[in-house]
Amino acid sequence: MGNQEKKKRIGVYICHCGGNISDYVDVEQLRDMMDKEENVAISKNVMFACADSNQKEMVKDIRENNLDGIVVASCSPKLHLHTFRNVAQRAGLNPYNYVQVNVREQCSWAHSDHPDQASVKAAGLIRAGIQRVSYSEALEPVKIKAIKSVVIVGAGVAGMRSAIELARMGNEVFLMEKESRAGGHVAGWNSLYPTGTSGEELTRKMLEQIRRIPSIKLFTSSHVTNVTGSLGNFTVEVNVGSHGEEVLKLPAGAILVTTGFSPNIPDEGQFSYGLSESVITLPEFKKRIETASGKLNIGGKEIHSIAFIYCVGMRQSGGPNKYCSRTCCTSTMHASLELHKKFDDMKSIHLYRDIRTYGKQEVLYDQASKQGDLFLMYKEKEPPVVTVEGKKVKIEVTDHLTSKRKLEVKPDLLVLVTGMEARDDSKQMAQLLKIPVGNDRFFNEIHPKLRPVETVINGVMLGGSCQGPKNITESIQSSMSAAAKINALLCKDSLEMEPIVARITEEACTWCGKCAEVCDYDAIFQMETNGKVVAGVNGATCTGCGICTPVCPVDAIEVAQYTNLEIESMIDGFMAPVKLEEKLAEAGTESSAGEGLMKEYPGIWKEILKQIEAEPLTIPQIAQQLQQESQQITYHVMTMNKYHILEAAGMDDDHAYFLYTPKL
Amino acid sequence: MEPTKKSPKILVFSTDKISDPGIDQAGLRKLHYSPSVYVISMPCSSGIKPRWIMHAFEQGFDGVFIAADGHECSYSATCPDRTNTIINEAQRLMEEKKISPKRIRMAALCSVCAEPFVGHMNNFSKILADIGPDAG
Repeated sequence: MGNQEKKKRIGVYICHCGGNISDYVDVEQLRDMMDKEENVAISKNVMFACADSNQKEMVKDIRENNLDGIVVASCSPKLHLHTFRNVAQRAGLNPYNYVQVNVREQCSWAHSDHPDQASVKAAGLIRAGIQRVSYSEALEPVKIKAIKSVVIVGAGVAGMRSAIELARMGNEVFLMEKESRAGGHVAGWNSLYPTGTSGEELTRKMLEQIRRIPSIKLFTSSHVTNVTGSLGNFTVEVNVGSHGEEVLKLPAGAILVTTGFSPNIPDEGQFSYGLSESVITLPEFKKRIETASGKLNIGGKEIHSIAFIYCVGMRQSGGPNKYCSRTCCTSTMHASLELHKKFDDMKSIHLYRDIRTYGKQEVLYDQASKQGDLFLMYKEKEPPVVTVEGKKVKIEVTDHLTSKRKLEVKPDLLVLVTGMEARDDSKQMAQLLKIPVGNDRFFNEIHPKLRPVETVINGVMLGGSCQGPKNITESIQSSMSAAAKINALLCKDSLEMEPIVARITEEACTWCGKCAEVCDYDAIFQMETNGKVVAGVNGATCTGCGICTPVCPVDAIEVAQYTNLEIESMIDGFMAPVKLEEKLAEAGTESSAGEGLMKEYPGIWKEILKQIEAEPLTIPQIAQQLQQESQQITYHVMTMNKYHILEAAGMDDDHAYFLYTPKL
Repeated sequence: MEPTKKSPKILVFSTDKISDPGIDQAGLRKLHYSPSVYVISMPCSSGIKPRWIMHAFEQGFDGVFIAADGHECSYSATCPDRTNTIINEAQRLMEEKKISPKRIRMAALCSVCAEPFVGHMNNFSKILADIGPDAG
């Protein structure tokens, strides 16, 4: 740690990105500048670094020049980090001796208003990249043999559906359910939108399928008590039976958590809940509609008018549930429609804050409006005031749709529209699996948009409403996505994990235990080596977050690729003095982008120019002569045309294709 | 912000999964901020060492900005507190070197926080320009 030898033969590639970078950043001056940097063996400009032809050139360069590190200054690493890691690998260079510098999103585009200063910044960024790669280490991925079995925790619709898919893909599946029956909340629901199928029927059919698949083992009344191991080889300890009669140790390559949600229960007295039989929650109301026949009697009286108060316990600007539960508006519209279908002479009054019947569910809102439901809008700061007297309910509400008129509503029944909350036992599950929990107490994925079903724990995925409120479609979508992700991991013979994990300098470590204390993943342990007690790191469970590194009083722990040398040398690179000559050509003009670059053209461009030198040719003719695919040649010819390297010279005899000739 | 030769130099520590995509998006949308802003992407803001912050000041950066994940951090619910502890420690070290504590700032930024990022950079640049050189 901290004594790696500096790289001696670094290759630097500065991408034009077809003008996206070079229109604002003086890539030619930067190329010359980087060529003079210490330990830089070659420095090049490339039109498109990611192009196939350039990748081949890079492989050739690395081999011929015996490069020991490469820097590509181009777009965000989010796009092409793996592209160039693969280039390095193909050339026999360790992929971790490659650094990508973002001179597009974080430079040329962000500072297109000041091209001169963008060039200065780009110089700093590239120098930082060179510094970083100078101290980069060759790392080897952690290889793990994976067991082709999955433990799914929670046999609601999300868990059952993903169990079926994972089994079909050839995995052994252990499906755990805490309750005495599978199906979750959905099993107790009546007609579902839009098919009209009942929840009972939907879950029963899934259960029948599960029973027909021998590689799925369903355990009801089961509780996960302990989880050990890591991706590819977890052991999940489970107590089965209402009294924990049987203890199982299940092997799992991955774990899928589909534990679902808990319905929100209002506090006693909140909108008079619990003070009268005439105030109930939406799930209770739906159950009553389902079981009643002929007339709707609740609390010993016949019901003809119902008021719904929306957003109860949700969207609390001052409370814990700041989020919108998303499904409750639709569920209420659906309940109101079912009510009118089943019983005569009904009136629904909706006291809402906003209606969020998104997507196709808007149809239900439309239908409810057309059947004559009344909608009154209230604000969070001015909630309806409910008073009850025995079975009588009185609601005072300020309607913000009618010039804030104060209205009084006296329905036969008040239904509180409550939403979804994280399960009470989710904290326990989070502790067992080390899954991070958000402020809303639901489980946190790595990224809601980019990695929506993965957690920071390799091999532990999320599906369904344990991540946040979801309807059935969305729950199944996310659990199927998690199933596909899991199968993609387990279908390989061996798994490769990023080696960017923490490591200890044993000479410096005095084992104070602080690093282990802050690690949420139990990845750091005490060990003895050469008669000394020091910290050790389990590379399979370490997430590489680095939380352990600033707490070490003797700086004896660091994360690969984020070492003091790498970070501090990057800072030095940013601050190194930059002297750029003023450009003669106007920045941003197309003509400046293509001129004087002949010697830097990719090999394929030179080949194309050679072909069309003697006589103008069409794209299919060039492709045929170079024995390349037409599509590939089209791509290059179009780019060369954009930068005035070649130009159209009329049509061929059949008037089917343009002929091209060199322009420069 | 209109950059000048004296535009304060800001080092931003972003996070690879959450705030860095937000900063990328600012560029993608050509929302301009000072070209004296340089970004180092980390896995988590709780892994930033105070010695790196001090190194940045020693090398001439005028300010350090931590674009943290806040409560959205995918690694730890304690991330905001831990990052805060790092900032406190950095400020203690800064005080020893007579560097104004205002030269370090933190804000939670998410993957779509392009405009808030630009706002923070413009605002921080102004604050740093107002501070001027430190006595130390």
